Amino acid sequence: MGWVSVAPTEIERPESAEESAVVPEPDVPWVTLVHNDPVNLMSYVTYVFQAYFGYPKDKAHKLMLDVHQKGRAVVSSGSREEMERDVQAMHGYGLWATLTQDRN
Amino acid sequence: MAGHFEATPGGGAAVALDEVEIAILRSLAVQLLELIGPGDEPAEGADPLAALFAEGPSEPPTDPALARLFPEAYGDEDSELRAASAEFRRFTENDLRARKRTDALAVVRTLDALTVAGDGSAVLELTGDECRNWLGALNDLRLTIGTRLEVSDQDEGESGSSLYRLPDSDPRKPMVMAYLWLGALQETLVETLMP
Repeated sequence: MGWVSVAPTEIERPESAEESAVVPEPDVPWVTLVHNDPVNLMSYVTYVFQAYFGYPKDKAHKLMLDVHQKGRAVVSSGSREEMERDVQAMHGYGLWATLTQDRN
Repeated sequence: MAGHFEATPGGGAAVALDEVEIAILRSLAVQLLELIGPGDEPAEGADPLAALFAEGPSEPPTDPALARLFPEAYGDEDSELRAASAEFRRFTENDLRARKRTDALAVVRTLDALTVAGDGSAVLELTGDECRNWLGALNDLRLTIGTRLEVSDQDEGESGSSLYRLPDSDPRKPMVMAYLWLGALQETLVETLMP
């Protein structure tokens, strides 16, 4: 159970164009990070990224895999206030999320 | 349909449950409500406006399961981050608790509204909104039980730890079975909601 309960049914394709969407602009240096945890289902995390952020299924699925495999992933970027809203929403869904100032 | 949710016309979902399953789900939802604690509704005779301006706690919960349900928004690596997390918690945790209470209460309410047939079975039919309540409550229950069981990534897969292969005599066995069953319920409910 947990993260490996369901094998992905769709085939992953590279999504280089969509990568840029999560790269913050210089004047909006805050990001929302979702962290890996052993309980949340892969399908549920993908569902949350689709339902809350409105991301297409492919992008939501890729972000979910990033969280699972890399330990965490940037799921949104913007002003501090916007990221606080996103983090609060993620906590509402039961995902482990934090916001941080992007110092890259 | 036994044991798993199926989509119904109009954006809802349905699952067949038996008496034992209904009793377990209700009991777990009530325990979750007790863990989350009372809402911040004003006491009898108190100023109802006061609740609107009531601030939440600034310290993270000491109970590990509650700490997982109400995490630190800025992390806790240094004092600056802990201060920002405390500030965030003061203004958001009451709303978060209210949401989780609403979800768990919806589970209790929909179970109590069931008509159980002579053989002890019933079909739970949920609206779209109730599906989202159930999804949240099932996830909160799994987070809570998973924290109690100390589920880790090492429990995954064929070579996983022994948590999923406990002998029947292990006191954790019933909770592991409940955890896996809730996961299967949540998995099929998510499938019905996938946009």
